[in-house]
Amino acid sequence: MDLISSHPVLNFEHRAKVSFCFDGKEMEGFEGEPIAMALHANGVKIYRYTPERKRPRGFFCAIGKCSSCFMVVDGVPNVRTCVTPLKRGMKVETQSGRGAIKLFPGEGA
Amino acid sequence: MKELNTDILVVGGGPAGLSAAAEAAGIGANVLIAEGDLHLGGQLVKQSHKFFGSKDEFAGTRGFEIARLLRDEIARCGDRVKTMLNTTITGYYPDENVVTAMIGEEEYIRVRPKKMVVASGAQERLIPFPNNDIPGVYGAGAVQTLMNVYGVVPGKKVLMIGAGNIGLIVSYQLMQAGVEVTAILEAMPRIGGYWVHAAKVRRLGVPILLRHSIGRALGDNFVTGALINELDEKFNPTGSPEHVECDTICLAVGLTPSNELLWQAGCKMKYVPFLCGHVPLRDKNMRTSNAGVWMAGDVCGIEEASAAMIEGRIAGMSAAASLGFKVSDDNFEKYRLRLKNLRAGEVGEKIRIGVSDVTVDGWEANS
Ligand SMILES: Cc1cc2nc3c(=O)[nH]c(=O)nc-3n(C[C@H](O)[C@H](O)[C@H](O)COP(=O)(O)OP(=O)(O)OC[C@H]3O[C@@H](n4cnc5c(N)ncnc54)[C@H](O)[C@@H]3O)c2cc1C
Repeated sequence: MDLISSHPVLNFEHRAKVSFCFDGKEMEGFEGEPIAMALHANGVKIYRYTPERKRPRGFFCAIGKCSSCFMVVDGVPNVRTCVTPLKRGMKVETQSGRGAIKLFPGEGA
Repeated sequence: MKELNTDILVVGGGPAGLSAAAEAAGIGANVLIAEGDLHLGGQLVKQSHKFFGSKDEFAGTRGFEIARLLRDEIARCGDRVKTMLNTTITGYYPDENVVTAMIGEEEYIRVRPKKMVVASGAQERLIPFPNNDIPGVYGAGAVQTLMNVYGVVPGKKVLMIGAGNIGLIVSYQLMQAGVEVTAILEAMPRIGGYWVHAAKVRRLGVPILLRHSIGRALGDNFVTGALINELDEKFNPTGSPEHVECDTICLAVGLTPSNELLWQAGCKMKYVPFLCGHVPLRDKNMRTSNAGVWMAGDVCGIEEASAAMIEGRIAGMSAAASLGFKVSDDNFEKYRLRLKNLRAGEVGEKIRIGVSDVTVDGWEANS
């Protein structure tokens, strides 16, 4: 992970390192920290593609306001990954377009 | 749907919201703080520099330490203040006086507050240029969150857009984190931020290019560089564009109030350029034209944490007082004086003009 190794002012305290899955690849991140931060630390920059023009989008505001970092997390589309905490074993996927919402439990995405 | 009741709902747990909550709880009200992010403190948690302002408002203390002091104050309020993190207030229904809250991404609840203090802060502005939507173009606040809150390296080479205080401070913080800052571009013919911040980055050898702006971000999937231009007196590009190598373009081009809930609450609003957007009219106790709604902090005009905290204290006291909790007039006077002192002098001029433009003597229909 691409983390700041030493800092003159700040000390970073992290919780446990956990593994999660991004588009089929195993990655590591810190539990409880936003998914977007873990992805960024793993060098992942593209989080979704826009519906009409298929433009790549990634991290942008980091305060849950701009929709740029929407991804499919554990089957749920449009998750604001900048304010959603990472959990062990999470399945994180690049989102294409608007994403499909499961209307009934058990229905495929 | 689950429903919660509270005396006062505080929307946003930044310096304004935390101060409002502490003050209201301090005189007896029950308070619920809803904070969309994963921690309390708002913008303060990402500020590693020592703050300007007055001693009363923790000048000389680092931003994240001020956040800790406020969280301690909230903790001392005990059961009076309940906090819900990762909980975003998404809607306000004035007819039923019901507020909807989203916990995480999928769970919704209803909140019925007797009174509400909106302290939702601000969001970053974007400027138009081709490719401004590709990954690697980040808001300055986002870059700070990555590196100062979570310790993640935001990029290798950053091009900073904007030489106001935020652009200067974040450039310095990037270098503290070991990241190279290629240049700071500023469209105006002069540096907008404080001289001390500019001097710090200049000393480290970062060029501040005045009368320059970005013409385009380069890259198909993410930023691989940028084309920059000199600007003429009318802010039009002049000469041929220059290629700059960078993998991150950081936008520090200003903030605008996150005022959606205040619109929904039907508050009378006015566009005030000096306050950076549409802001509600207010009385001297930070009450809006909606008798059940108060506001504090950047949401009612982009200013500083110091002002946000005092406004929060006034709003919190006033909201609690409207429910019958006792406050002495001296307390209001004390905070109003602190606010006035903070806005005195040359640096406070724009804010003074902006605020006087939206301050009313009182609300007839209220109280
Ligand atoms: C680089 C930089 C340097 C700065 N330096 C200084 C300085 O030296 N001195 C100084 O005084 N100030 C400084 N400031 C400014 C200061 O940080 C802000 O003015 C202050 O944080 C504003 O406080 P606030 O509580 O209004 O908003 P914020 O701190 O933005 O807090 C708002 C909170 O509300 C939450 N929220 C928003 N919408 C919702 C919703 N719908 N539901 C639930 N929660 C919501 C947000 O997640 C956030 O936590 C600086 C700012 C920056 C970016």
